[in-house]
Amino acid sequence: MKDLQYVILKKENLDGFISRMSRLRKVSAPVAKGNGEYAFEEVDSSDRIELKYKPTIMPPKKYFMPQEETLLEFSTAKGLATKPVVEYEKMTLFGVHTCDLAGIQCLNAVFSVRPRDYNYLTRKRQIDIIGLECGDYCDEHASCSMVSAHMPSGGYDLFFTDLGDYFIVHMNTQAGEEMIEATKCFESAEETHFDDLQSFRKKKRDTFKSEVQIEPRFIPGLFDACFESSIWKELDAKCLACGNCTNVCPTCYCFDIIDEVGLDLKNGKRYRKWDSCQLEPFAKVAGGENFRKERAARQRHRYYRKFRYPVAKYSKFFCTGCGRCSRSCMAGIHLKDTLNALIKESDSKIWKKWL
Amino acid sequence: MEKVVIKDSNYRIRKGKILRTKQLTKLEKLFEIALDGGESLDQEPGQFVMVSIFGVGEAPISVCSSPTKRGSFELCVRDAGKVTGAMHRLEAGDEIGIRGPYGKGFPIRILEGNDLLMVAGGLGIAPLRSLIKYAFDNRRDFGKIHIMLGCKTSDDLLFEDELNQWFKRMDVHYECTVDRAASDWDGHVGQITTLLPGVHLETERTFAIVVGPPVMYKFVLRELIKKNIPENQIILSFERHMKCGMGKCGRCQIQNLYCCQDGPVFNYADIKNMSEAL
Ligand SMILES: Cc1cc2nc3c(=O)[nH]c(=O)nc-3n(C[C@H](O)[C@H](O)[C@H](O)COP(=O)(O)OP(=O)(O)OC[C@H]3O[C@@H](n4cnc5c(N)ncnc54)[C@H](O)[C@@H]3O)c2cc1C
Ligand code: SF4
Ligand code: SF4
Ligand code: FES
Repeated sequence: MKDLQYVILKKENLDGFISRMSRLRKVSAPVAKGNGEYAFEEVDSSDRIELKYKPTIMPPKKYFMPQEETLLEFSTAKGLATKPVVEYEKMTLFGVHTCDLAGIQCLNAVFSVRPRDYNYLTRKRQIDIIGLECGDYCDEHASCSMVSAHMPSGGYDLFFTDLGDYFIVHMNTQAGEEMIEATKCFESAEETHFDDLQSFRKKKRDTFKSEVQIEPRFIPGLFDACFESSIWKELDAKCLACGNCTNVCPTCYCFDIIDEVGLDLKNGKRYRKWDSCQLEPFAKVAGGENFRKERAARQRHRYYRKFRYPVAKYSKFFCTGCGRCSRSCMAGIHLKDTLNALIKESDSKIWKKWL
Repeated sequence: MEKVVIKDSNYRIRKGKILRTKQLTKLEKLFEIALDGGESLDQEPGQFVMVSIFGVGEAPISVCSSPTKRGSFELCVRDAGKVTGAMHRLEAGDEIGIRGPYGKGFPIRILEGNDLLMVAGGLGIAPLRSLIKYAFDNRRDFGKIHIMLGCKTSDDLLFEDELNQWFKRMDVHYECTVDRAASDWDGHVGQITTLLPGVHLETERTFAIVVGPPVMYKFVLRELIKKNIPENQIILSFERHMKCGMGKCGRCQIQNLYCCQDGPVFNYADIKNMSEAL
């Protein structure tokens, strides 16, 4: 039986696909930056695209929620006049791993709950997404399997799985179908292609095992038991409060709002900019109190914003297991180590007895 | 990069005109503001707005007037930095930007029919005044009203002329204390907690509403618990750093709660076990 949702793209036709797409609209894809680092950048052929890459330094969040974005323009020249604006760019993202697809889905949830954020939602509608499956771990920092982000589960228009000489491609949306029709590089998928996909996935299931010894359904309980844990104190001594971990995280979205006036002092803009809960003044108020003064409290907050608070609010973890926070931490704070330490410490605690 | 103007933006600003200002103390100034085109702010007592001074920024400020006051609203602002400092330089006739109202205000429907023990420390009187005024304007809907006020010195007293009227009202039990008294002060001297033991309350029908700086909560709560006021009849209002007011920017988070959406008014029973709350 033929599954009409699938097509194939021969490897030799990848370049044709990318270059035709790039004539229609901007295409961004992972390219090598040296030192084993990668980044999403604009491409116009497949030449620079890396099909096997470790998570890019910055996640594709940078396109959905740019580091800085104008929210409002104002003028005080002739009385007060204000104009709310959205900045966006039509584009296609090629080669997004399942962890980063999960990250985009987290951001979608945040900015879709009321009050909806029209700046984000307008921009998101202009970005088509082509996923790319991993067959093996990128490195030791990944923990995607623990949170089930190693398998595709929506969030893309097209999804590519590299099966050697060709890609099998899942068409998930009308926009995906239109890309296939517009570029005319694809062929229909046959029985043998599905067999190849089956054996690829089987091998993948054997490779990817939960990286941390806990079942996902027990993670919220683990965190409920660990608020006063001494592990946070240990992180306090290590953390440099630099904010790298939140900047590179695909699900961190805290922001500051800042005004800027032009040289004429009459016209200006209000923009938002990524912020970090790891920075000291983040929770400080005018009276002088700082509600997360200790680095321990700020690190704890970061972990709870990944593994506890969003579970109640959005029914999902806000960690995709991409490993970026661990890779970028100059102090060597590693997410898997922290989780393992919490599990070890709570071994004796009540919740384990119910397993 | 394309840029378009959008109608639906959450960051849309409503224009407000300052009708009147009044310097209350050295640091605090009162603003009466009307929205452009006679629009109503339509706030609940205890809610706040984001005030814009363009080119400087935004700051969350509690509305200190009651929604029963129509056509305009009031803000009592302490000069604490950039935005609030810039506000202090504004006078009647100047324009400012308003976003909101935001947050969960005081639970009026639950408070109705009960006695109110309202306790304010320092600038806490500003948010609480919206409830006090609302209760006065709907006096029949409430039982006994006690107002306990504390501040550093008599020079820091906000809304002094109004306080003097409260003193005279038969339907309100009002007391005020200062930490340090000047020679002409003939009222109470001491921390706000010294006022509480002497108040006679029917605890089962009394709601305590407490607004003040973080340090005050610990001591006042201890007194209220001593007086056997049930935990779920204690209402608090918190200040946190806020940027968006809409549960997005993350600044105001108290563990899993967003002070800007789930608060700023909280029921003590809901937050008593949260170490980041108190
Ligand atoms: C719900 C709520 C209601 C409030 N109601 C009133 C009120 O009725 N009257 C009043 O005078 N003040 C009120 N405040 C406090 C007021 O928002 C701050 O004083 C003001 O934001 C300081 O901004 P600034 O630009 O003047 O100071 P800045 O120059 O930016 O900073 C001075 C200090 O204020 C802190 N701060 C800066 N921005 C904020 C912010 N957005 N929220 C909290 N702290 C901040 C900074 O960390 C710093 O410690 C309220 C705050 C909240 C959260
Ligand atoms: S990257 Fe590491 S050192 Fe920097 S704030 Fe995060 S945990 Fe702390
Ligand atoms: S917390 Fe770390 S591993 Fe998890 S999504 Fe963020 S950067 Fe990736
Ligand atoms: S002020 Fe932005 S989340 Fe509450």
